[in-house]
Amino acid sequence: MTRLTPQHLQWLLLSLGVVLATHAANLPIWVMIASVSFGTWRYLLDKYKWALPTFWLLLILTIVMCVGIAFTFKGFVGRDASLALLVVMCSMKLLETKTMRDYMLVIVLAFFLVGNLFLFNQTIATFALSTLPLLLLTATMINISLKTELNNPLTTAQPKLFIIKLAGKLLLQAVPVMLILFILFPRIPGPLWGLPQDANSGMTGLGDSLSFGNISNLTQSSAIAFRVQFKGAVPANNQLYWRGPVLWHQANRDWLMSSENVGLRQEALVTEGAALQYTMTLEPHNKPWLLMLDMPTMIPNIGKLTHDYSVVANNPVRTRIRYEAASFSRYQLGTQLNERERLMTLQITEGENERTKKLASTWLNLAPEAIIAKALTLYRTDNFVYTLRPPILKDDPVDDFLFNTKRGFCEHYATSFVYLMRAAGVPARIVTGYQGGELNPNGNYLIVRQSDAHAWAEVWLQNKGWVRIDPTAAVSPARIEQGIAESLRNSDELPLMARRDYPLLRKAFLNWDAVNNGWNQWILGYDDKKQLSFLQKLTGKQFGLQDMLFWMMGTISVVMMITTYFLLKTKQTISSPAQRLYAQFLTKLKPTGLQLNNGEAAIDFANRAAAQLPHHANTLHQIAERYNALQFSQQNQTKLLNELAGLIQKFSLKQT
Amino acid sequence: MAASIWPPTLWKLSFWQQWFRIAKTNNHIATLNPRQIYILPTRWGLLFAVMVIALLVGSINYSLSLGYYVTFLLASLGNMAMLHTWRNLLHLQVRIVQAEPVFAGDTATVAVQVSDTHYRARYAVAGHFIDNSAIVQNIAANTASIFSLPLETAQRGLQNVPNITLYTEFPLSLLNAWSVIANPFQVLVYAKPIFSDAPIPNAADSNTQIKPNLHLGDDDFFGHKTYQVGDAPSRVDWKASSRGFGLYTKQYSGAGSSQVWLDWSQTDGDDETRISVLTGWIIQAHQTKTRFGLRLPHSTLPPNNNAENNAKSSAEHYHQALTLLALMP
Repeated sequence: MTRLTPQHLQWLLLSLGVVLATHAANLPIWVMIASVSFGTWRYLLDKYKWALPTFWLLLILTIVMCVGIAFTFKGFVGRDASLALLVVMCSMKLLETKTMRDYMLVIVLAFFLVGNLFLFNQTIATFALSTLPLLLLTATMINISLKTELNNPLTTAQPKLFIIKLAGKLLLQAVPVMLILFILFPRIPGPLWGLPQDANSGMTGLGDSLSFGNISNLTQSSAIAFRVQFKGAVPANNQLYWRGPVLWHQANRDWLMSSENVGLRQEALVTEGAALQYTMTLEPHNKPWLLMLDMPTMIPNIGKLTHDYSVVANNPVRTRIRYEAASFSRYQLGTQLNERERLMTLQITEGENERTKKLASTWLNLAPEAIIAKALTLYRTDNFVYTLRPPILKDDPVDDFLFNTKRGFCEHYATSFVYLMRAAGVPARIVTGYQGGELNPNGNYLIVRQSDAHAWAEVWLQNKGWVRIDPTAAVSPARIEQGIAESLRNSDELPLMARRDYPLLRKAFLNWDAVNNGWNQWILGYDDKKQLSFLQKLTGKQFGLQDMLFWMMGTISVVMMITTYFLLKTKQTISSPAQRLYAQFLTKLKPTGLQLNNGEAAIDFANRAAAQLPHHANTLHQIAERYNALQFSQQNQTKLLNELAGLIQKFSLKQT
Repeated sequence: MAASIWPPTLWKLSFWQQWFRIAKTNNHIATLNPRQIYILPTRWGLLFAVMVIALLVGSINYSLSLGYYVTFLLASLGNMAMLHTWRNLLHLQVRIVQAEPVFAGDTATVAVQVSDTHYRARYAVAGHFIDNSAIVQNIAANTASIFSLPLETAQRGLQNVPNITLYTEFPLSLLNAWSVIANPFQVLVYAKPIFSDAPIPNAADSNTQIKPNLHLGDDDFFGHKTYQVGDAPSRVDWKASSRGFGLYTKQYSGAGSSQVWLDWSQTDGDDETRISVLTGWIIQAHQTKTRFGLRLPHSTLPPNNNAENNAKSSAEHYHQALTLLALMP
């Protein structure tokens, strides 16, 4: 077994360190620290020629690490735990790494870790970041394959620059075939088996319930929820209510999608005016909601309409999806309310929020429209403040909010409003979703972020059906008219990208988002369907699996032939005319077996040749002199060159 | 040597070797052309492939576009490594030099000069006889490197030199490209000598008698004695001493040159022992600059009469004698 040198180890440690650094955000801090310590330990072992740790010590360490991981992740299942386990194994393997076998094992594992990077995110930045570990790992492999050994003068170590350059060259040469495979390798729609629970834990989005604090978590995130491209004009901001789950059931602080609404009939929808047609590109959020503009009529075939007109996909949305949709902004929904629906939309828990109930009971005799007006007036006139940082509410949260703190945002207003309505005998429910969005002029599409998450109310009125009431608008009309950034006096509460106070930064951001959108649509969104439609558009005909494989093999063969041609092409080291002439002269000498040795000066060569060919000694020396002069001085270049050309032209081995 | 076809030892490269296309030398020079270079993944290559497949399955399962990117990039990298590994051997010129004779049991050195003629440096090219450990070295552009390959010998006679394998795993150790070059030469292996302390007996019918009492002097090497303090360093036989049994000084007899007949009939034991003993005597006689003749059952080599002042002809005579013994049926 080849024993490797300190230089091999340094390459390995460096590249592993970089792999680890790229995973920094995906690992618990103690795993990072442990891995760095193992690497440092290995480095010191080598530096001070200490003995490698014994089997028993390694065994104990392994057990400790495994217990640590099991404890941190509550087991070994799942993406995060597997990654931590791989990283720990890889770095512990270093402690017994001495032969080529160990090195190669660690390197192959590290390549796998680089691939795992994209389980966590697939942004352009991550893509760019991944090139460095790929380059270094390739370089480490090259270094090992050079088989430099200590005390073996036959194999000389190559300079670092040479190794890095070669690694870069290899990777660049790998790009054409990679592109062919990326475009033509038949994409198989995943998943092949169930995904671990935490595979999508990084995704944010609306939950299936509303409790105080839920939405404010979302509004802190500038992550993009979805992008929308309208076929026609973009509707006004106050029409942009993106409908998500509808919450029916109240339980103390929480509002839930009631499980009792199973079997409720589809609410009747009557639409007016023209449909709004648009294309949604929904980011994965690990929930089934397919967000649509109020009120959806045409829905994608991967989802179905619920009785209360939210659209639910058959599976949680775990990949970015695109769908065409149509909605009507003028509509009448559910003009008939049956007894069961009435009971469910009047439900409130007994024995809490007594002050609110008392206030509502004074409105019981009024018409529903008047009750709504009363409630909205309350918000408008009683010093309510719209803020993303409301104080924490005590027991009887609705009481505390309405009569005490009076500070909150959409979820507070929506829940307290619906509570008031129900207490006053008006059927009401909460709708969650997003409100507004920002138009990106580069590309003319609307960006809706998590920070646009919103909750509003729907009340049922005789003859009108479910009518949307947004109590937040009563407190902060700007939130609905212009978006969340305008509604806050102190925009510090918002994530940087959702703010309006840095125009240049925003412009740069919008440009960057356009690039990102392209990246998402073309690189990340390149799945089986997109592949087929792209290839069809490219070739203008139906493209089947067989064609794909045929073209894949064909183009790869061609690319490999071209690459081979360039790889085998003898390097043209000859650059100056003098060198070209001298090369001709050397070719003429070939039959004698005389060859210019590496690094041999022309004069030395002439001496050597003259000894073998005494008849030509004179010419040989003349040629060498002129060639030398041409190489090292700037004078009489043309004259010397002509002389050299003449001499070489005349030179012939046959002449005596 | 190629392994016997039966029973098939499938895990030994030597078994497969016999069907490989072998580069033949022309004028002792072989140029490796594409048809003579074989390439297969190493076990690291297989491990790498398994890893790439795992990445592919993961990318499919999680619908990761960038997972596909890494998968395809690494697959393509392995593919490129194949071309580079192949290119690292392609068009190498291999010149094999006739190996010097050795005594049975010693290691012969087969010099293989491998040179690049295509303006391209080659890295980590390894040369070996099959099943032997390899010598690895780099070959600079348009220059030659010499691989001195050790070859174990066991039996006297002409030993076939096995085919020479050149291989390389550069640049990624994922693939192993190799080429087999036929060796046109045989190595002459002299019989293993047996040395005895007794003086060389002289055949009865020889014309000259070896002088019975030898005086120690400076003229002729006579034998070894254990080193004693005071012996001149120039008299130390470093070669003999290097065998690890202490220092020896050369002893020279001052009796001038002498001549002996080494006769088959003076030895006893089986044929091989006799040959070994005679070989030992020849070495001794050569070292003591004793002129000797060799008489074997079917052939006779008379003493070299002009050996006195001609070292070259004496060496020739010495090799002639050893060769006679080595090639005895």
